[in-house]
Amino acid sequence: MSDPDQFRRETRAWLEANCPPEMRKPMTSEGDTYWGGRNAKFSSEPQRVWFERMRDKGWTVPDWPKEYGGGGLDRAEHKVLREEMAAMGARSPLSSFGIWMLGPALLKYGNEAQKKEHLPKIAAGLIRWCQGYSEPNAGSDLASLQTRAESDGDDFVITGQKIWTSYANYADWIFCLVRTDASAKKHDGISFILFDMTSKGVTTKPILLISGYSPFCETFFDGVRVPKSHVVGTVNRGWDVAKYLLQHERAMISGMGERGVGRPLGQVAADSVGSDEQGRLDDAMLRGQISTFEIDEAALSAAAERAVDLAKAGQSHPAFSSAMKYYGTELNKRRYEILMSAGGVDALEWESERSKGGARPRAWLRTKANSIEGGTSEVMLGIVAKRILDLPGA
Amino acid sequence: MALVLTEEQSMLRDSARGLISDKAPVSHLRSLRDTKDATGFSRELWKAFAEMGFSGLLVPENFGGSALGAVEAGVVMEEIGRTLMPSPFLSTAVLAASALTRGGSDAQKAAHLPKISDGSLLATLAIDEGAKHRPLQTKLQAVRSGNGFKLSGAKAFVVDGHTADLLIVAARTAGSAGERNGLTLFLVDPKSKGLAVERTAMVDSHNAARIEFDNVEVNADSVLGEVDQGGALLEGVLNIGRGAVASEMVGLSEEVFGRTVTYLKERKQFGKLIGEFQALQHRAAELYIDIEITRAAVLKALQTLDGDFANASAAVAVAKARAGTTATRAVQEGVQMHGGMGMTDQFDIGFFMKRARVCQELFGDSNYHADQLARMKSY
Repeated sequence: MSDPDQFRRETRAWLEANCPPEMRKPMTSEGDTYWGGRNAKFSSEPQRVWFERMRDKGWTVPDWPKEYGGGGLDRAEHKVLREEMAAMGARSPLSSFGIWMLGPALLKYGNEAQKKEHLPKIAAGLIRWCQGYSEPNAGSDLASLQTRAESDGDDFVITGQKIWTSYANYADWIFCLVRTDASAKKHDGISFILFDMTSKGVTTKPILLISGYSPFCETFFDGVRVPKSHVVGTVNRGWDVAKYLLQHERAMISGMGERGVGRPLGQVAADSVGSDEQGRLDDAMLRGQISTFEIDEAALSAAAERAVDLAKAGQSHPAFSSAMKYYGTELNKRRYEILMSAGGVDALEWESERSKGGARPRAWLRTKANSIEGGTSEVMLGIVAKRILDLPGA
Repeated sequence: MALVLTEEQSMLRDSARGLISDKAPVSHLRSLRDTKDATGFSRELWKAFAEMGFSGLLVPENFGGSALGAVEAGVVMEEIGRTLMPSPFLSTAVLAASALTRGGSDAQKAAHLPKISDGSLLATLAIDEGAKHRPLQTKLQAVRSGNGFKLSGAKAFVVDGHTADLLIVAARTAGSAGERNGLTLFLVDPKSKGLAVERTAMVDSHNAARIEFDNVEVNADSVLGEVDQGGALLEGVLNIGRGAVASEMVGLSEEVFGRTVTYLKERKQFGKLIGEFQALQHRAAELYIDIEITRAAVLKALQTLDGDFANASAAVAVAKARAGTTATRAVQEGVQMHGGMGMTDQFDIGFFMKRARVCQELFGDSNYHADQLARMKSY
């Protein structure tokens, strides 16, 4: 890599010059996240400016190769960029399942034509992707999925149903697990395939959740025709791709908490709970819960940093993302339990403007899915027990 | 800086592990306990530590040391934690060496540091007075008297206090208990008139003492650092000690965990290995995750101590608090999963439980550091 200090100086200077002040404030609503896609709209001018500047530098995907629209940064440079962005509170310019999940899988398993076709469009935020994994009868036991893909000449014809498809109703394309061999053992007959959500036979139906939002959909496929060239990796070996992608998904979910961003949680709590004459939070038990939480949060941040450094040194265990997913999601649930307790009655308002439409209780309820989506906490513990600790019969 | 050990640090770990696992497995501690050994550690092993350069690890090179940092001290402490080896490493090589290096005059450094490096001087820090670690509550009085001071009061939980050749004592020269200003550190000869040392046998079979000071006279040259301004020096030295003890707890936790997982793979009940039971698998997995996350937090604190000493307090509080709760969990799960065997004295696991309890109290337990972190963050 380049001289690390010089890279840091240049990066800081570039970010200072290019990140609009509005994009350095913590996100407070759904609209603050830019997801890209054919129908994307920017919620503000600074959001557009920030996205376009970062895209032009390849920094929507800083560590992807330049030929696919990335920034071509090595791990050390990428770490510097993340640190500098965090230091100034810079928002992520583009949120995308294409970046977090599909991209890494394509880089590893995709053929050259697939990489050239899809990666630059992900990097530029042109195509928004969704993930077709879970089915009504295939949740934790994902590999028992039943959506069929039947061979017909150069195409597969896909029929079945997915569920919990995040933002399927907004997505342009889907990466999807389908059964291409019904007679094989359950892990061996699965293929990983890509197709356009505007294809004939695709319908989506949002699911209303306890938060009052509908971030997930039921997705139905009724004889959807997809060229066989859209299979990523080998036909019937899709489980390998699926597992690899899940590692990235778990890493993404474990990082969902707003770690170290904004004001300390204890001060947020003091807004509503108040402080005593010595400046201590006026609820001793809550104060203890918060500082214990912040200890665990700081420790998790260190562990996330260490996981990256271990990977760089070739010393990481491939299943460690399950450990991080478990801890990160349980911690995020704790954060919101604390926020609800700290907010008291104020945090119970569901619709008022002063509560921003019940932003806090809705976010609190949303976190309950963190330890379910992408593999439940129990599944994560099972993976750690089996693959890392090598416990018998797991 | 990458949050992993460097090659040199890994080599240090390997050589420490080699020596400690060979010469001081848990049976070493057991035998010191069973024979009621008067020293409570092996002077021969301490000599070997000095020959390996461990005793002078934190001592500047011009005083015979190797001028390494908190990460390296933590590496050695972690290995000590794996076998629970009783050693003056913490008291002498970490606490006293840091206090002298950071606060000592040239004369004080020249008088003591070379002897710490070559293993001929044992020294320790005397801070706590009450049941809990509350350094600002120091009440031991030092009043001016002639050219020096007279010290009166009592210290408890002085690590290796029964064998120390030199005591570094936190005393109050001004202000009242609870105040940061008015603390002063003194170098005190334990053979001084009016000073009484009582060795206290502790639950963990490691070494500690209570020390009474009855008008103990020290001269003005005995002041370490500045009069009334010892609070910052003390806090810095304590932070190094906290990082070291947190490392010991990481080593201890990992050792207990390793033994427990091995047991889960050997012990059969109901015709199955007990490690097949999901109830135990999930608890083992949770503990593994806890230990890994704590390990990262501790290394972060040690690196911060080396790279940004003045701003290390938050990272140290996180590390010491996490290490305490993780070690507590590890030893409790260790005993529980070993069943009745875990309750027997014959089995080693109990030694780890006892040591973990002592490490929790050393330089502030998890609650203390959670409170400190909240204060640092102004809530």
